[in-house]
Amino acid sequence: MKELLQIYTAWFKMGLFTFGGGYAMLPMIQKEAIEKHHWATEDEILDYYAVGQCTPGIIAVNTATFVGYKIKGILGSIFATLGVISPSLIIIFLISTLIKNFAELEVVQHALQGIQVAVCALMVNAIMNLFKKGVKDIPTALIFVGSFLLAHFTSIPTIFIVLLAGVCGYVLHFAKNRKEGVA
Amino acid sequence: MSGLLLMCYEFFMTGLFAIGGGLATIPFLKEMAVKYNWFTLNDLTTMIAVSESTPGPIGVNMSTYVGNSMYGFIGGILATLSLVAPSIIVICIIAKMLKKFKDSKIVKSVFEGLRPAVVGLVLSAMVSIFAGALLYVDKYTTSGNLMDLWNIKAIILFVCLLVFYQWKNKIHPIFIILIAASMGVVFGF
Repeated sequence: MKELLQIYTAWFKMGLFTFGGGYAMLPMIQKEAIEKHHWATEDEILDYYAVGQCTPGIIAVNTATFVGYKIKGILGSIFATLGVISPSLIIIFLISTLIKNFAELEVVQHALQGIQVAVCALMVNAIMNLFKKGVKDIPTALIFVGSFLLAHFTSIPTIFIVLLAGVCGYVLHFAKNRKEGVA
Repeated sequence: MSGLLLMCYEFFMTGLFAIGGGLATIPFLKEMAVKYNWFTLNDLTTMIAVSESTPGPIGVNMSTYVGNSMYGFIGGILATLSLVAPSIIVICIIAKMLKKFKDSKIVKSVFEGLRPAVVGLVLSAMVSIFAGALLYVDKYTTSGNLMDLWNIKAIILFVCLLVFYQWKNKIHPIFIILIAASMGVVFGF
């Protein structure tokens, strides 16, 4: 029970300080789930993001479910997910009943602009850590550049980019084996 | 009661078929607005704005907002639980399978390809976030003057935060976020 509560509070914290989509959550996940609680490694978070892109649902919730499942099975996944959605439930309820024009308030807009800058600074660190884990040699560097270009400059759905990268990974493995087999 | 059930059903289906994160739920919500008279497209614009300006995943914020505006606090909870239920089921099944095939060479090689791709996807999202936070893309495209492109205040804050975070990397990201939010208010970003 104590561990489940810990899972809930950690993901509550991560939900409370995520502004924007699932990717903006990375710095919080790195701090809480990887560094502090050692629930997952950087490699695993990359894997969860990849699967989260191709499966239904919100990426932040998918990642929470994955990590929760890894620590404590189905119960763990439920507590992690409840944790990550709880702040939203409370905050949106308060704002939508009390402050109708919340998004237009000047204070809110200024604070958000500041927060966006913070997210940028935090993401620089997050992506450098991920880069070290994911990009190891020339083929993986090519996959990295290719997926960035496809995601940024074309309208190809993300799911296809992920699937293509998976095929590349498999083909690379196969090619490497053959080369070693010959030599 | 049947209305509440219908709402839960719609959110469950959204959670089941919206692939690719919170923003992928928007088309489903638009369809709901057109199909039922639960909320208008105008309401939806407000909901998206609030969801983007409050903490938490955008998809969760939106389902809470919609459920809340229809059936109060309980409605918000039920809409969100319906939205995340498919994720929990699907991910638990996949997590179980991954555990089983963790040592398979094929699975390993596929993930070796996926990891750098995800880094590329994150970089792409990052570039968009950077453009929104540090540049005035609209102002630049209308005036054509390169000097109008830079949000100087934001860039200075960005560099300060980056240096500070590199220097004290034991600090929790929460503090960086809080510092930046107060800077935004004090200096009127």
